[in-house]
Amino acid sequence: MSSDAVILDPRSGMQALIDALDTAGYRVLGPVLRDGVIVYDDVVSESAMPTGVRVEQGAGRWRVFQDARPERFSWTPGADSWKRFVFPARSEVLRIRRTDGSWTTGQPAAPDRPLALLGARDCEVRALGVLDTVMLGPNHPDARYAQRRADAFVVAVTCGEPSSTCWCTSMGGGPQPHDGFDLRITELSDHAGHRLLVQPGSDRGEQIMAVLPGSDAHNADIDSAAHVVQRSVDRLPVRLPGAELPALLAGSELHPHWDDVAARCLSCSNCTMVCPTCFCSSFSDHTSLDNDEAFRTQEWASCFQLDHSYLGGRPVRATTAQRYRQWLTHKLQTWTAQMGTTGCVGCGRCTTWCPAGIDIIEEARAVIGSQMVAARLQPVDVYVHPR
Amino acid sequence: MSGPTVAIWKFASCDGCQLTVLDCEDELLAIAAALDIRMFLEAGPAQMLDHYDISLVEGSITTAHDVERIRDVRARSGLLITLGACATAGGIQALRNTADIDACRSNVYARPEWLDTLATSTPIAAHVQVDHELRGCPIAKTELLATITALLAQRRMPISAYSVCVECKLAGNPCVLVAHGTACLGPVTHAGCAALCPSLGRGCFGCFGPSESVNLDGLRSAFGEIDVSDDVLVHLLRTFNTEAPEFSEASNRYRAAGPEGTTRRDP
Repeated sequence: MSSDAVILDPRSGMQALIDALDTAGYRVLGPVLRDGVIVYDDVVSESAMPTGVRVEQGAGRWRVFQDARPERFSWTPGADSWKRFVFPARSEVLRIRRTDGSWTTGQPAAPDRPLALLGARDCEVRALGVLDTVMLGPNHPDARYAQRRADAFVVAVTCGEPSSTCWCTSMGGGPQPHDGFDLRITELSDHAGHRLLVQPGSDRGEQIMAVLPGSDAHNADIDSAAHVVQRSVDRLPVRLPGAELPALLAGSELHPHWDDVAARCLSCSNCTMVCPTCFCSSFSDHTSLDNDEAFRTQEWASCFQLDHSYLGGRPVRATTAQRYRQWLTHKLQTWTAQMGTTGCVGCGRCTTWCPAGIDIIEEARAVIGSQMVAARLQPVDVYVHPR
Repeated sequence: MSGPTVAIWKFASCDGCQLTVLDCEDELLAIAAALDIRMFLEAGPAQMLDHYDISLVEGSITTAHDVERIRDVRARSGLLITLGACATAGGIQALRNTADIDACRSNVYARPEWLDTLATSTPIAAHVQVDHELRGCPIAKTELLATITALLAQRRMPISAYSVCVECKLAGNPCVLVAHGTACLGPVTHAGCAALCPSLGRGCFGCFGPSESVNLDGLRSAFGEIDVSDDVLVHLLRTFNTEAPEFSEASNRYRAAGPEGTTRRDP
């Protein structure tokens, strides 16, 4: 017997979990299959969540397959990540209004309900942790982000069906989250039947678990969950030595392979937009036609945009080769020194959602594989003003 | 009437961009209060002044008379801002640029000799200096309003030259190219439409023209992976922005690489 874990029915138990979170005051967000992709959105009913959905992912390719099987978490995440909810793609940060000659300043209201994120994989839980180090860092903490994150209830899910673009085990992760969640679900399907094993990761997770209509889990259930984890690990070969990447990529600034990538790269920004740790944003000002109201918005931005590196009258990274090199080496190399964590969690989104099918692993390998060439080259990006 | 004096001019075009001005229904009264619109034949005002603070120009240059008239407009204007694909790239009528104009004329008109036209359709910037361009077929109301309000507040005019893909991801759209295998020009197309077509499940038609950073050979390879032929790609590139330099160069090269029709496949 294991009283710190319960077994839930995959349908009625899921509904009970949604209801318990709703009753506790959360806005419950979960996976929904829409227009052929998994997105995260409000879920009120468990029937809105996928059942029997499988996903085939490859470089530049995503396809969904639906069958009659009852699994709730047999899909892998799509382009959408939880970033969209803790760090919205577009938000208003300030509004000022002129009335009778004086200005009043308003801050937009905080979201009315804290978020419950239902179905976060290990890569996604770790991505939130990486984003935290950036958004809550000591120099420029984002108060609105801090509020959303502190209040967010995370229901993590053990990954039982990793996709071919997944490479979490290379970047310090794995199929099963170990911290950073309030509850963790592992979907079991064996001779004892189809069921969800639910385990708490925090006090408030225990409080929610206490009201769920589950039975106590047995040691056989825990063993079955370990089997799920092992089965996934076996399908997740280590494809890059994550911890060694900063050293392996050092000095690669002028590597000829960046030009090779640039011939294929569309500079469309998709990789950065779908990345759950990319944090760049830009601010813009807007005014009303009568000039009596002004507001400022924040919007996701990308290092593939020319404006992103626009300094002193020109983009510092004017070529696609420079921009792709910036993106890859920031994720896999320089982020570590800058933030103290890795910038990549190995979720594979950048590879799947690249229209040109560029695989970050293959590109990193190509550069690392010929470091002897790169080592002889000098550092770069020394700007010479045109005369 | 107050604010800067404004003229809205039409050259070879369908009037869709001018109609987008009128489509600012909720904002029309505020626009009329903020701008002193003196010339806008589509809406009524027809005062020929020696000087307008701002000229908005729709359409492309297709006749000898147009060439003279745009120079006159330029001379009367403080800021000259072009509206839409015709004015910024020559429009869909620029398909004539690679065709036989005499054949076109006699195929379309019963009395072709009555028609006085140039062999080409060219953008406004090919003839006079343009201070700012709004892309699109037609322009986006949001970009028009953002431009007007920026001018009124003397702020930099905000144009996002990155790809439509960014707008799709901001909106949370599924990628029709990656997830559905649909031909989509989004990765090479200038933002501004808020990803209108992909938001409705269609591929982007490229009506805002090339983005700031275009790799059409890369897109061609990506199309190859989803079995979209050169023929389809060339058709997509040869629409509203057919004479935009990046689109034109690539479509001519892909057409030259294979005879038309031999690889045709419906998108």
